Amino acid sequence: MPVETILSAITNTLDEQMAKDDTIVVFGEDVGFEGGVFRATKGLQQKYGKERSFDSPLAESAIIGSAVGMAVNGLKPVPEIQFQGFVLPAFNQIVAHVARYRTRTKGTYSLPMVIRMPYGGGIRALEHHSESLESLFAHIPGLKVVIPSTPYDAKGLLTSALQDPDPVLFFEPKRIYRAFKQEIPDKEFKVPLGKAKVVKKGTDITVVAWGALVREVEKAIKLLGDDINVELIDLRTIQPYDKDTLVESVKKTGRFLVVHEAYKSFGPGAELISTINEKAFLYLEAPPTRLSGFDITVPLPKGEHHFIITPERIAHEIKKVVNF
Amino acid sequence: MLTKQYDPLKGKILEVLDYKGKIVNEKLEPKIDDETLLKMYKTMVLGRIADVKALQYQRQGRMLTYAPIKGQEAAQVGVIAALEKQDWMVPAFREMAGMLYKGASLKQLYLYWYGNEEGNHFDEDLRILPISVPIASQINHGAGVAYAAKVQKKEEVAVAYVGDGGTSHGEFHEGVNFAAVFDLPLIVIIQNNQWAISTPREVQTKAETLAQKAVAYGIQGIQVDGNDPLAMYIAVQEARKRAIKGEGPTIIEALTYRLGPHTTSDDPTIYRKDEDVAYWEERDPIIRFKQYLIDKKLWTEKDDEKYNKETTDFVNKTFKEVEKTGLIELDEVFKYTFETMTKDVAEQLADYKEYLKEAK
Repeated sequence: MPVETILSAITNTLDEQMAKDDTIVVFGEDVGFEGGVFRATKGLQQKYGKERSFDSPLAESAIIGSAVGMAVNGLKPVPEIQFQGFVLPAFNQIVAHVARYRTRTKGTYSLPMVIRMPYGGGIRALEHHSESLESLFAHIPGLKVVIPSTPYDAKGLLTSALQDPDPVLFFEPKRIYRAFKQEIPDKEFKVPLGKAKVVKKGTDITVVAWGALVREVEKAIKLLGDDINVELIDLRTIQPYDKDTLVESVKKTGRFLVVHEAYKSFGPGAELISTINEKAFLYLEAPPTRLSGFDITVPLPKGEHHFIITPERIAHEIKKVVNF
Repeated sequence: MLTKQYDPLKGKILEVLDYKGKIVNEKLEPKIDDETLLKMYKTMVLGRIADVKALQYQRQGRMLTYAPIKGQEAAQVGVIAALEKQDWMVPAFREMAGMLYKGASLKQLYLYWYGNEEGNHFDEDLRILPISVPIASQINHGAGVAYAAKVQKKEEVAVAYVGDGGTSHGEFHEGVNFAAVFDLPLIVIIQNNQWAISTPREVQTKAETLAQKAVAYGIQGIQVDGNDPLAMYIAVQEARKRAIKGEGPTIIEALTYRLGPHTTSDDPTIYRKDEDVAYWEERDPIIRFKQYLIDKKLWTEKDDEKYNKETTDFVNKTFKEVEKTGLIELDEVFKYTFETMTKDVAEQLADYKEYLKEAK
């Protein structure tokens, strides 16, 4: 089995699916010739030509807006937004059109497309390069939001996304793009959208995370040693999320902590905790809790350490919930 | 009117100095006093040295991601030199030399690329808006600044910067159009440095020039040799006069070249040829401007050597001061979300401090 990083798994999955489905086109700023600033689309133009992998003019709304038209007319667009912080000019297209086309046309048009973009902090980047904006999109009916945390899931989820009949936003945790490698099957396989993964079974507390923070929770679990038996769940799909797995886990552990880098207020943690309250209230032994980004603009790198959620802080929060 | 003489639709490019520093059009040579000429040159050299050093510091792991200006100093300094103190500079993110001329300190400009918000905390009277990374969004801000100047009858213009890539963006169109409709005192400087990361200018527009976009907005536009500080100066001078008289915005396309990478994360050898870079290195704005000043007997090679040495020392000293600033205090990152911190955010801060105390 090939050994892959999240980044190489994405490139190879795009390659595999483009070979199989000639309606797939990848495009965006610097995506074609150079293969993207992170090289996620490296080699695809050379292999599939300039019509299927190309550099667009510098305009995010044109990238997503044109993807709408492409999807209507028989292509499967896979646009890349260079950094999530730059998606906002395309927000209008995503919210006003991509999310609503199926509803508005009663299914005449369904807009299958995968909008890829790197997201998240912790790489000491410039302004607008460190955001975690998943709740902005997960809030909108008609959009699926997917975030892998391992090379295996990157391939499996991206394959599912590319074969999904509806638009999928695929957010890539750039901080761990190349952080570690994993053996993954060479042949096509899928990880279903909307299904969380129990990374580690446990009995004392359910901790949910996604993207780069799954590894940070794993480090926290190591710090805690044998004292607390944590059940770790990787949500993998933010919308529609896997309520059953969360609720089942909390019914067993009685405690719930969600960890995310996104801002706190009206963030994804608020949604998950509501579900736990609605579906597992009588099983709770402590208030369901969130550890999240503060409600402040992500600071520039010399202040970013205050914002980044460390394994130590996660371990501390787990202890607080367990010892409530 | 220069914009009529140098009609971009006729392929005309405004030049005063050729790349060897000789005047090619004597009638157009601006009457700039010696002190200003020297200030322009010295700022270009300071910008250059600060740029080269920033790249070195970044390679040594002492500076974060940085967007170099090398080769574009004239397109920045030539513009700001033609403004008045009360005029506004609305930068994109590759205008360090222009910001220096407008009065920003090198220490502060370095702090931005060092990862500290202090780098955008300019004194109000400098009239420099913060660096704008979201492409072309600042053009609209420039239009708004110009609108406020107009309705309050202030004798001010706004100068907004954008790159060649930025002209593809919706916000470029929206901002220029807004300013055009209301005849606002806005000057849009397009630093056409030929590349938007790896994407060449040809992929941005089918139009022959970026300046000709002005025609469709019903405003004036001109293509200028952006490596010629005198040509940039006179183009802005004329645009400013029109703007103040209420005759509306101007688009000035500065033809230049990004000699360095897009940012320190970029490797331009992947997508462009060495001979293209060599061609533009010969057209370096600093080489020609120095020659012009030497020919005018305002400067000597000896002065140059001395100034370069002093400036290098100054830049090194400044960066050491920047490094001393270190990490940002916790309270600082919470302080500026609102004028008064909300109760919830204050609680988040207090909880975090409690955690830090317990974690010790």
